Amino acid sequence: MMVFTSIQSTLGGSMKSSVGVRAFGIIMALLPAVAMAEWNLSFTPVVTILGEEIQAVHNLVMWIIVGISIVVFGAMFWSILKHRKSVGHKAANFHENTTIEIIWTVIPVVILIAMAFPATRLLLATRDSTASDMTIKATGYQWRWGYEYIDEGVKFYSTLATPRNQIDGVAEKGDTYLLEVDNPVVVPVGKKVRILTTANDVIHSWSVPGLAVKQDAIPGFIRDIAFKAEKVGTFRGQCTELCGKEHGFMPIVVEVVSEEDYEVWMQAKLAESGAPSFDPNKNFSVAELVATGEQVYNANCVACHQEGGLGMPPTFPAIKGGKIATGSMDGHLDIILNGSSKNPMMAAWGPILSDYDIAAVIAYQRNEINSNGDIIQPREISAARAN
Amino acid sequence: MEAVHDHSHDHHVPTGIMRYVTTTNHKDIGSLYLWFSFMMFLVGGVMALVIRAELFQPGLQVVQPEFFNQMTTLHGLVMVFGAIMPAFVGFANWQIPMMIGAPDMAFPRMNNWSFWLLPPAGMLLLGSLLAPGGAGGVGWTMYAPLTIQQGMGMDMMIFAIHILGMSSIMGSINIITTILNMRAPGMTMMKMPLFVWTWLITAYLLVASMPVLAGAVTMTLTDRHFGTHFFNAAGGGDPVLYQHIFWFFGHPEVYIIAIPAFGVISEVIPTFSRKPLFGYPSMVYATGSIAILSFLVWAHHMYTVGMPVEAQLYYMFATMLIAIPTGVKVFNWVATMWKGSMSFETPMLFAQGFLFLFTIGGFTGLVLAVTPIDIQLHDTYYVVAHFHYVMVAGALFAAFAGVYYWLPKWIGKMYDEKLGKIHFWLSLTFFNITFFVQHFLGLAGMPRRIPDYALQFADWNMVSSIGAFGFGLSQVFFLYILLKAIRSGEKAPEKPWDGATTLEWTHLPTPAPYHSFETPPDLRN
Repeated sequence: MMVFTSIQSTLGGSMKSSVGVRAFGIIMALLPAVAMAEWNLSFTPVVTILGEEIQAVHNLVMWIIVGISIVVFGAMFWSILKHRKSVGHKAANFHENTTIEIIWTVIPVVILIAMAFPATRLLLATRDSTASDMTIKATGYQWRWGYEYIDEGVKFYSTLATPRNQIDGVAEKGDTYLLEVDNPVVVPVGKKVRILTTANDVIHSWSVPGLAVKQDAIPGFIRDIAFKAEKVGTFRGQCTELCGKEHGFMPIVVEVVSEEDYEVWMQAKLAESGAPSFDPNKNFSVAELVATGEQVYNANCVACHQEGGLGMPPTFPAIKGGKIATGSMDGHLDIILNGSSKNPMMAAWGPILSDYDIAAVIAYQRNEINSNGDIIQPREISAARAN
Repeated sequence: MEAVHDHSHDHHVPTGIMRYVTTTNHKDIGSLYLWFSFMMFLVGGVMALVIRAELFQPGLQVVQPEFFNQMTTLHGLVMVFGAIMPAFVGFANWQIPMMIGAPDMAFPRMNNWSFWLLPPAGMLLLGSLLAPGGAGGVGWTMYAPLTIQQGMGMDMMIFAIHILGMSSIMGSINIITTILNMRAPGMTMMKMPLFVWTWLITAYLLVASMPVLAGAVTMTLTDRHFGTHFFNAAGGGDPVLYQHIFWFFGHPEVYIIAIPAFGVISEVIPTFSRKPLFGYPSMVYATGSIAILSFLVWAHHMYTVGMPVEAQLYYMFATMLIAIPTGVKVFNWVATMWKGSMSFETPMLFAQGFLFLFTIGGFTGLVLAVTPIDIQLHDTYYVVAHFHYVMVAGALFAAFAGVYYWLPKWIGKMYDEKLGKIHFWLSLTFFNITFFVQHFLGLAGMPRRIPDYALQFADWNMVSSIGAFGFGLSQVFFLYILLKAIRSGEKAPEKPWDGATTLEWTHLPTPAPYHSFETPPDLRN
């Protein structure tokens, strides 16, 4: 891949104007994608027993299909080859045969009944989420997943970690392009994990092919699904129900780790959630807040409000020169904390972002994108929430 | 005197565009439907190519995600409601009166209105792209509550669907009345050509299911603007209710598209096999069974919403049942070919393409019928591949077969046989390059309706995009073949297909006169 890129740049440098070279450059630019290709023909490997059984039933059905194909397509192609006018075949005139019609109705019935038994047994097993060892609630947001470990009370959000410049083709795409998040779900190996799904705005779907699970997350309702991973590893999935603009950009990453590693991780998470995220007595400087604010903006706001706050009016208004980001601080804070009452696309960020992150992103929007020159301190956001 | 009389008789008929605006003639209206559907087919095709261009490589290159979503939404709606359904209504208008020995449709003026509702609906649908915020980016299934978030483009789409539904219902009532009341003496129900039977059944499906869709989108409209909470849990509603209502329409809709295609194939295969259709009564009963079952399996489109396992079991068994009448149809078609004297002109080639590829679509349907497997494949490219085998290789190939088969009767000229065969082979090849590989993408877990994808999906997506552009260009070639036939095609013989047995070939000259069967043929013997 590196070699292709360097050839391309060498040639491109010496003979820029030639159409032939440009075409060559385009082909070369495409090659990395092909070179990285995996040419997958079937399911991704799974690490749950139920997943293996699903694939086994799928393979059984495929063999049944192969058998039926040989008979049906065999007869079809035989008659295409032999019963044609050009080889002088004279048409017969039969158009009925009760016996054969009964036979080819009964045989499919028998095949279907034979298929129904394993299918039923498997369906009942996959829908059994009782006797689970632990429960995690997964909430779909536009466009990230929120997780809550019910027993421990640990909560966090899990957002796409792929940088925007990889998506826009400016930077080279990493191996886990679009399938990487900032905070993965971590579960212990060999434990039955029950996932409760729900959503905050529209329907999402929580799907991880390597664990053979998929369950819609429906706003206002809670559904569940369970899995038990038999091996450690990292398993990647995506939202599989169209949920708006960034539907393709809200992956799911589940790390299955040993029980000891899980305990270490859980203790760290518990410690993190207890510690205050900032010193409430400190006055943060503009530069400090803007630096964090840029990261917060790029992780949460840039998809709609775009780079430099240019927006995509009318649905996604501009922040640069926009009424809210150049208006009063109270109004600015209000729309970020509580969302917009007029435009349903602007979600309430209060429950998702920390006080420090909100102060930071406001500082970024008012000092970097616009030049109002004012900031709000994180402790003031805590106070605003308390009201 | 005779000539003068004819002249004055024709004088009150408007000419030029007003002939088509005011026409009540089933042949004119049939042509209008067919040309409208072909135009929409090209528009929907361009949208598909925007999708495939974006998916050619990982990363965002051609369009932004929200426009991508609008393209997937409109591609689906335009192809289903604008292209395939009107195409088969066009066939029904041209063929049903000629095949049953009737002078015209039962309600010619309503027929005119049924058609002329379509252009405004099409304009609303496509015009939604120009609305502030663009068209709805919600998928053709328009699931709540995502629909609540959209701009006024969504309202335009809802009104377009209302109008299309009215058109379909009126067209269906017309077809049912024509078939039940206007058959020539001696043409009993069980002597009707199978194409007529399939349309009779389809028309009932339309009358029963279109109002349900209208209800679903109207509830969406009132949720959007009038404070109702049908699909909002916070107000006591349920987002999944929308899916139940939509698919109660949506599954019969699959057969509304497929069953007239079965009808065309059931005319073409016997003609070119020079042998009567095998198992005519079982074909009728199988079609009827499919139609009834289609109302009983809707929730198999939504196994992941978390319905009770008992419901999933019921839907799984009911869905598997559909394989039986569908199998009967395929077996009957093969038995019709068996020991025939087949020739492979373009209509027969497309019919064979249909038979082979539709059967593959049926096989993947069997895979998807098994609920635990379906849950793995739900909302992945496997489903996209599956329904394009049924919709494109099924309905579209059957429509091509029908156009090549009946074109000589309609215009009195032959298409270029060599070019027709090239069109078939190009379509067959590029169709499979486009869609067969999508099965692999789906099995590997690539979700539908995403504008960008992980690198492991790059290879097959590139192949699929190349196939899609080839398929699109092949259909421009089809337009050329049509125009060439209309402008400079050789004069068609009276009966170009020696195996044809239906009334339009045996009792009418070629091309069919503007008014045919003013006195019904007597078929009692």
